[in-house]
This record gives sequence, structure tokens and C-alpha cells, in this order.
Amino acid sequence: MRMLSYSLRTAKEILRDPLNLGFGLGFPLVLLFLLSAIQANIPVSLFELEMLTPGLTVFGLAFMTLFSAALIAKDRSSSLLQRLYTTPLRPADYILGYMLPVLPISAAQCVLCYLAAACLGLKLTVNVLWAVLLLIPAEIFFIALGLLCGSVLTDKQVGGICGALLTNLTAWLSGVWFDLDLVGGAFKAIAYALPFVHAVEMERAVLVGNFGAIWPHLLWVLAYAAVALVAAVLLFLRQMRRQ
Amino acid sequence: MSAIEIKELTKRYKDLTAVDRLNLTIGEGELFSLLGVNGAGKTTTIKMLSCLTRPSGGDALLNGKSILHDSGGVKSIIAVSPQETAVAPLLSVRENLALMAGIHGMSKAETAEKIASLSEKLGLDTVLSRRAGKLSGGWQRRLSIAMALISDPEILFLDEPTLGLDVLARSELWDLIRSLKGRMTIVLTTHYMEEAEALSDRTGIMKSGRLIAVGTPAEINARAGTERFEEAFVKLVKEAE
Repeated sequence: MRMLSYSLRTAKEILRDPLNLGFGLGFPLVLLFLLSAIQANIPVSLFELEMLTPGLTVFGLAFMTLFSAALIAKDRSSSLLQRLYTTPLRPADYILGYMLPVLPISAAQCVLCYLAAACLGLKLTVNVLWAVLLLIPAEIFFIALGLLCGSVLTDKQVGGICGALLTNLTAWLSGVWFDLDLVGGAFKAIAYALPFVHAVEMERAVLVGNFGAIWPHLLWVLAYAAVALVAAVLLFLRQMRRQ
Repeated sequence: MSAIEIKELTKRYKDLTAVDRLNLTIGEGELFSLLGVNGAGKTTTIKMLSCLTRPSGGDALLNGKSILHDSGGVKSIIAVSPQETAVAPLLSVRENLALMAGIHGMSKAETAEKIASLSEKLGLDTVLSRRAGKLSGGWQRRLSIAMALISDPEILFLDEPTLGLDVLARSELWDLIRSLKGRMTIVLTTHYMEEAEALSDRTGIMKSGRLIAVGTPAEINARAGTERFEEAFVKLVKEAE
């Protein structure tokens, strides 16, 4: 009950911010339409809907990190969290109250991307449903990253680190915009040591029904999600004690 | 009967002693003001009493519950209105109040009833549907206090409740605080001498983490040998240097 009240508040605060809606839901759609238009004129296999749409659903999750981190950092700086720490809420209520509402928002963003892609010609099959479901570990990774950043950064730092750095990292190291083989070397090795490209490749495999190819990508994403979640919980508890 | 019993309460940060062996008793239903210049230890004291900061030494009992050994029990009987307004800006006034009611485990019916009675008492009826972030500073403070009151606390901490408000908004908030007197124990911190004098049953003056004087404004004037409370404050603080 207590956690639900807090979750409801988190959802309302995120969804009522017009910038969140513009960037989180609108920006991936704009990119989808724009790159599809480019692809129609100058065919690039990377920008075919079966390749591009899964990539955009992963890229869009970087904004979920930004939303969560910005909300938590703002709650810390405005003393709202300090007020709430004097109430009977338990640490688990805060952590779940911040994380759970972002999951359906992330899933909605993913569904919107696929619906928009369907308008552009993507064939909607049961694989789309699997793609939405198998994106959950990546969603947990990005949301946990938001909890982590919100626990250690100020609201101004969140804008720079999550808004600029993470979105760029997700864009450059995910293989959404260009084939990582074109760069190769250390760049590719770094990209494959991080979860972004694994999430994208897993989603691409699922969308075309090649379920055997989700390994080892799913394991990479699950491992990163677990590590990010544990680190986020520990750092959130640390800032709670420091308050 | 005493609502708050503070015994040798101390808070040290590395080489700084923010609160130094504070001993104080505050009666049930009393409005007690903690006064002091910046860094005197007022906010740190409130943070310890509200279980936000763990003391380095000593203890305090709030209606018999220890801040060291029963923080859950303490949290169930207190409420804090922090120095900053601490409201959820994108939620309406009603939603902010409902949030606090939900956090305290109230049912829908209880929440609706509580919001109706509180908004009537605090004059929030006209702004219930407005977003908290769009309200003026005075209204946000009023909402902040309403959020603290929703759980019917036995002890209410008001940290600089009128800081940064204009004269009119401050006067309105004073009326609101006066209306709460006697219904619960209130501990208020403030920079404004006239505020402490106008509202408090007793005041305590802190300097460098130590409590240097306690009494009614009249008693403090008598002790300092001054007629005005502000002069008494300045004299006692300077003497303690």
C-alpha cells in the first residue's frame, strides 16, 4: 500500500513532465521516421525496420535512466526525500517505488516504437511480443542505472551524465547507427564488453524469430542488470544513511 | 508530562561538534522554539530528533520512544516540515496530501476525509487542484505543513517555516501555527526573534552546538537584563563567545 502510493507518485511526476514525454517517447519515434525516410531513398541494411526498430527500443531506454535519475536527484535536493525519511516508509518501499513505475513506461515506449514501425511497414508477428518481453532485463539495467545515478549525482550532474554521456554511449556502442565491424579493434572490443550492443543484437534476433541467437547476448544483459541493480540498491541505501 | 526528553545529545562530524551534550525537556502540547545563528546546531538537533541523523552520543525520548532504539516508533508519532518546502511539484495539492496519507497507510475513505478536514482548516480548499510547483512560496509552506499534519502527529517539527516569506505570508503562517498550539507538541527552529517571541511558550538559544539559555521570552529578557527579545538574544550569544 505504502509502496503503491509512492509508485503512483513516481509515475505521475515522470509522465507529467513534457520534456520526458518529448524526449522519451517522441525522440525515438522521430528517429524511426527520419532514418526510415533515409533508408527509402538510400537503402542501408542497418536502417531496415527489422534492424532499426529493435535498436531504437534499446536506445530509448537511456531516457528512462535520465527520467529516474533526474527525479531521485531532484527529490534529494528539494528535501522531499528527507521529509519522507521521517515517515514509516522502509528502504524497499523507496527502491521499488522509484523503479517499478518506470517498467511499464519503458514497455509502453517499446510498444509505441513497434506500432510506429508497423505503420511504416514492419510486419507485426508474435515475435514482436517476445521482443517486448525480452527487453525487460535491459529495462531493469537502465532503470537501475537511473536509481544509481540519482543516488550519487546532483540534479545538474544528472543532466550531463545521464542526458549526454549515457545517451551517447548507448548510441555509439550499441551498433544501432553503424556496424561496429566498420570500426573494429578496441572500439568494437569495448562495445562488446558493455551491454548495449548485446541488448540490440538479442532484440534483432528475437524479432526475426532466430531465438537460438539470443545467446550469449541475454546472459550479458542479465549480468549487467544484476550488477547495476545491486550497486544501485547499495548506493541508494548509502545516500539514505547520509541524509 | 514531558513529550521530549533530551539527554546529553551530541553530534560530531570529524573535528566539528555540531551539537554538544544537549539536555532539554519539552512538555506535552508545548510550542518550543530553538533559536540560533547559522551553524548553531538547530537543524542538526531536529535531524537527530526525527531520526534522520544518528547521534554520536546521548539519546532522546519522544513520548517515551528512544531515537536510538525505536526509530520506527518515533517515526510513527512525529512529522517534519523541512526548511525547504519539500513538496512534489508536478502533483496537485490534493495529490501531495494523498501521497502522505498513502505513505501512512490510510484507506481511500480516511484519505478523502483527512484531506477535506485539513484543507478546510488550513484554507487549502481553493488550491486543491493546482499543481504544487505553481503555488507561491507562502502556499507551498502551508501545503508543506499540511503534509506534515496529515498523520495527526503527536510531535511536529517545523524547521524555519517562514524562511524567505513576505510579511503577509509570514503573518498568515503564524496564525496557522498558533491554531495548532496545544493540539500537539511543536518544536520550531527560526532565525526570526519576533517569530519565536510571538509563537513560543518557551525558547532555547543555541550557540556553537550548545544550549546557552532556556526559558519563556520574558524570562530570557529578564536574564539578559533587556527589554527587547532581540537584544536579549544578541547579548546572550555575545556573552557566550
